[in-house]
Amino acid sequence: MLEGDPCNILENEFVKPGKGQAFNRVKFRNLKNGRVWERTFKSGESLEAADVMETDMEFLYSDGEFWHFMRTDGSFEQIAASKEAVSDCLDWLKEQDVYVVTLWNDDPIAVAAANFVELEVTETDPGLKGDTANGGTKPATLATGATIKGVPLFINIGDILKIDTRTGEYVSRVKN
Amino acid sequence: MISMQPSTDVNGLVQRAALLQRLREFFALRQVLEVQTPLLAPNTVTDPDVESVAVPGYGFLQTSPEYQMKRLLAAGAPSIYQLASAFRHEEVGRLHNSEFTMLEWYRLDFDHSQLMNEVVDLVNEVLGPASYTTVTYTELVGELGRPRDELDLAFAQATEALSPGRFFVVDYPSDQGALARMKPDNPAVAARFELVIDGVELANGYWELLDASEHLQRFQQDLKIREARGLVPVEIDRAFIAALDAGLPTCAGVALGVDRLLMLAMGERSLDKALTFRNF
Repeated sequence: MLEGDPCNILENEFVKPGKGQAFNRVKFRNLKNGRVWERTFKSGESLEAADVMETDMEFLYSDGEFWHFMRTDGSFEQIAASKEAVSDCLDWLKEQDVYVVTLWNDDPIAVAAANFVELEVTETDPGLKGDTANGGTKPATLATGATIKGVPLFINIGDILKIDTRTGEYVSRVKN
Repeated sequence: MISMQPSTDVNGLVQRAALLQRLREFFALRQVLEVQTPLLAPNTVTDPDVESVAVPGYGFLQTSPEYQMKRLLAAGAPSIYQLASAFRHEEVGRLHNSEFTMLEWYRLDFDHSQLMNEVVDLVNEVLGPASYTTVTYTELVGELGRPRDELDLAFAQATEALSPGRFFVVDYPSDQGALARMKPDNPAVAARFELVIDGVELANGYWELLDASEHLQRFQQDLKIREARGLVPVEIDRAFIAALDAGLPTCAGVALGVDRLLMLAMGERSLDKALTFRNF
């Protein structure tokens, strides 16, 4: 816990002059807003541990205000995540897919998509027959509303694409 | 899965062996005698910022060979050097390992300036020649009228920022003299230097303090700080004090981190490739 928010330690570097006190330079990510920053602590300083856990949950639906997820452990327990919590993966949310939900004191604060998702194309310029993978590219809009640049010209509406959610880039066509 | 893999590779082993050979040749040419003092000894340092690894029933793994090497000097040894492991409790990180290789040497009749020149010769031989800039502790850290932990943090940050390049930090305030004497022409500062290369603290040297009662005073001050901070109590090394009573010859001494020197020679940012194994 730092400044009231749960944080993730990304890096913790031990710093110590040969003749002098030891410090830890810690790089944090705020789990609520994703902000990354550094702080230096004197050796022996302590911080409150945050009650944070990550759990797999299936996305059910959105009512416009909340995004509803269900536990995959057979309990059918549901939670409602705010737009802030799902903001990082709004482009990749597909009903019935499983996402990693970060819970802080049992409240969802972040939702992460898998590294790769498969989504259907809902809008793109018509595919060009005879075009092969080494042709040009065009944009395509997916079922979630996300627009992907750099899709090959042979892709058609209704095709399922594999997308890397870390870069937002097209990986391959799964099937048409 | 447990891995058998070393931290370094064959190239790292070759470079390390070449460095050790080079260092030994450097001192052989200058007729500085290699010595080996025990790594395990009944006593250890009082420094409140250095924790020793205790070995129950035996004493402590030595954090530096300083006291025992000075006992050799007091007993009539000529200029001496030692290449050996030194140990620090809970010092692990990119630039730290609880067991590390220290090169420590003492030059009879040298002062800190002469020893700094020799450090330059040694480093130039390993890393190639370059220019060295001298900065004072105050120039580096700024306002001195602050609590010690703030000064230490400012020092750590300022030395890291001394990059790239080779820098000597000199003129430490008297309460950070460690075992250096005060400068005769300026008793407010200690005849102590540190070498910082590309932001890495590489060596720390003194024109050695000889006075036994001054040592005792500094050690007792250390013990008070240790007690105030709730650190493990240690006892003053009386054999070392006895050596000072017998008379330490005028000398300057320096300790240099060999793993860090190798790291710099390899162009690495962390000790990983300089060490055969990262056990901690």
